[in-house]
Amino acid sequence: MAGEKKKRLMQGNEACAEGALYAGCRFYAGYPITPSTEVAEVLSARLPTVGGKFIQMEDEIASISATIGGSLAGLKSMTATSGPGFSLKQEGIGFACMAEVPCVIVNVMRGGPSTGYPTGPSQSDVMQAKWGTHGDHPVIAVTPAYVQEIFSETVRAFNLAEKYRTPVMVLYDEIVGHMREAITIPEAGELEVVDRAKPECPPEEYLPYDQRYEIPPLAPFGEGYRFHVTGLNHKDDGFPTNDPGMIEEGNKRLLRKIENNKEDIWCNEDYYLDDAEVLVFSFGSTARSARFAVRKAREKGIKAGLLRALTLWPFPDKALKDAASRARAVIVPEMNLGQIVEEVQRHVAGPAVEGIHRVDGEPITPAQIIEVIERYA
Amino acid sequence: MSAGAATAKKQKISVPFDYSKYLRAGKLPHIWCPGCGHGIVLKSLLRAIDKSGLEKDQICMVSGIGCSSRTPGYVDFNTLHTLHGRAVSYATGVKLAKPELKVIVVTGDGDALAIGGNHFIHTCRRNIDMTILVYSNAIYGMTGGQFSPTTPQGSMSTTSRYGNIEPSFDCCELAKASGASFVARGTAYHTQELERILLRSIQHKGTSVVEIIDSCPVYYGRQNKFKSASQMMEMIEKDGTVSVKQADRLPPEKVEGKLLRGILHEAERPEYCEEYQRLIDKVHGK
Repeated sequence: MAGEKKKRLMQGNEACAEGALYAGCRFYAGYPITPSTEVAEVLSARLPTVGGKFIQMEDEIASISATIGGSLAGLKSMTATSGPGFSLKQEGIGFACMAEVPCVIVNVMRGGPSTGYPTGPSQSDVMQAKWGTHGDHPVIAVTPAYVQEIFSETVRAFNLAEKYRTPVMVLYDEIVGHMREAITIPEAGELEVVDRAKPECPPEEYLPYDQRYEIPPLAPFGEGYRFHVTGLNHKDDGFPTNDPGMIEEGNKRLLRKIENNKEDIWCNEDYYLDDAEVLVFSFGSTARSARFAVRKAREKGIKAGLLRALTLWPFPDKALKDAASRARAVIVPEMNLGQIVEEVQRHVAGPAVEGIHRVDGEPITPAQIIEVIERYA
Repeated sequence: MSAGAATAKKQKISVPFDYSKYLRAGKLPHIWCPGCGHGIVLKSLLRAIDKSGLEKDQICMVSGIGCSSRTPGYVDFNTLHTLHGRAVSYATGVKLAKPELKVIVVTGDGDALAIGGNHFIHTCRRNIDMTILVYSNAIYGMTGGQFSPTTPQGSMSTTSRYGNIEPSFDCCELAKASGASFVARGTAYHTQELERILLRSIQHKGTSVVEIIDSCPVYYGRQNKFKSASQMMEMIEKDGTVSVKQADRLPPEKVEGKLLRGILHEAERPEYCEEYQRLIDKVHGK
């Protein structure tokens, strides 16, 4: 039909790769690991077609390191991994936070701990995404639930990384990573694509961590702005400092640049929230079951609703508090032994908070969620 | 020769090299201890860079963690001080993303060969164009004197109180076996020779590795009963090494137990970024 966009059957991991390319990703460094490997396979074929660079590194640590290097040289950069590889990438993620280097880290979550269940899904890396690297810093993590959304959230992850000069994590699980769904690839220009701010000042005046900016512009290496990057606490000129005031201010600015912009970073789906008395808070593929369960509960006359986080970090506390203020109970289904449920408890006073947890490598079913909804009906 | 020409020649010789062109104003003094050779190596390196004709904007210096890895903070290039062992991996990202940059990695024996050993061998294997300078002083200096992969067997350190029982690595053999297309060794003692080696390594296309034998009088020297920094340099760097040219002329017993200095291996192998560009061209049917 004229004007109708062509739909494509696509796997979640493939959609991630296509979303990255749409966002302008031109550098990928990775290491094979189940269940994320298809992201690398697709990009190894696709990146050269757009003049981009793909490199398979010797391990996960090298992959995040090269990704950061590629970004500092001016290319939008990404790496993808799963479970054990995510653990190994943590030191690099910390470096990217500290040195404020935009990059995207995809973690297709599988069962753990350790080698765990490589071919089964989990949502057990959500706290690691926030606190996995040593030190104190905020992170941004997005949690798509559909193949189409993996595409669009990968684009958004790049936009947030470039805008806020920070690593952004795309967290989805094996289910949606390996699921095939029909998706529509947006036309160029249809989705917003953000490029990092570059300095406009003369090189001799450039300060890569200029305190006058919330997010200082980042010059690419090799374009006349010769500056220093380090993982050490640094001054506004990028050089290490032992000054307590500067150390504290540097650390606080890292926090501030995310905290002050949460409204821009947050993204949620509301489903029957207006009058919801039984609230389900969910994210990722589990939210698909939750959505179905809420619909079924409504059919039974139960005022259930779903708040689905597309931005899991920074945590959507405002939307949660608002929805929970009208609810009797908040149900938190997640494929782990209780991670986000504790975050929900931290922010919600009044309603009962109950988790539904599963770590057997099988998805949480709508029936499991309906059962708990009915108890609070 | 006329008197005028002699004077002119004399004047030319007396002009000192202006290091300030390459040093960042206000970033000195450096953190290196008195007697450390790292500053001497830096001077050889800056003279070599000057002779190479590279512009400062073209150079990206990447380092890991350790005493030598503080070098990028003092020099006026694009500089990246990364994580322990990972310098060559960050450098690989920079180089592949922007092949027109000349990437120089400054690393130490612990940084490159222990925690970064895996990255080191695979970087050499790819033969990606970068110069890796391994400042080898046989000790972890920054953390206070623990044995490293190049600490000789029997040596004392703060973690080998009864003498090191581990065999050491030969950095150059490792680099060569891993595929580096240029491998050399110099010392902080032989400054002019080092400058020539460094210039050649910078000019080389592909992965070039230069092991620079250097001394840590404060941590290695004191624990191993060296009397002074200069005595240490003479014993380890001067008397403990022999140039490849001399070694050819000397009887085997005079060479045995000594490290060879000079260019130890040079080969033409396809360079990674050029191979990748060929791949892109192939994809586009060129």
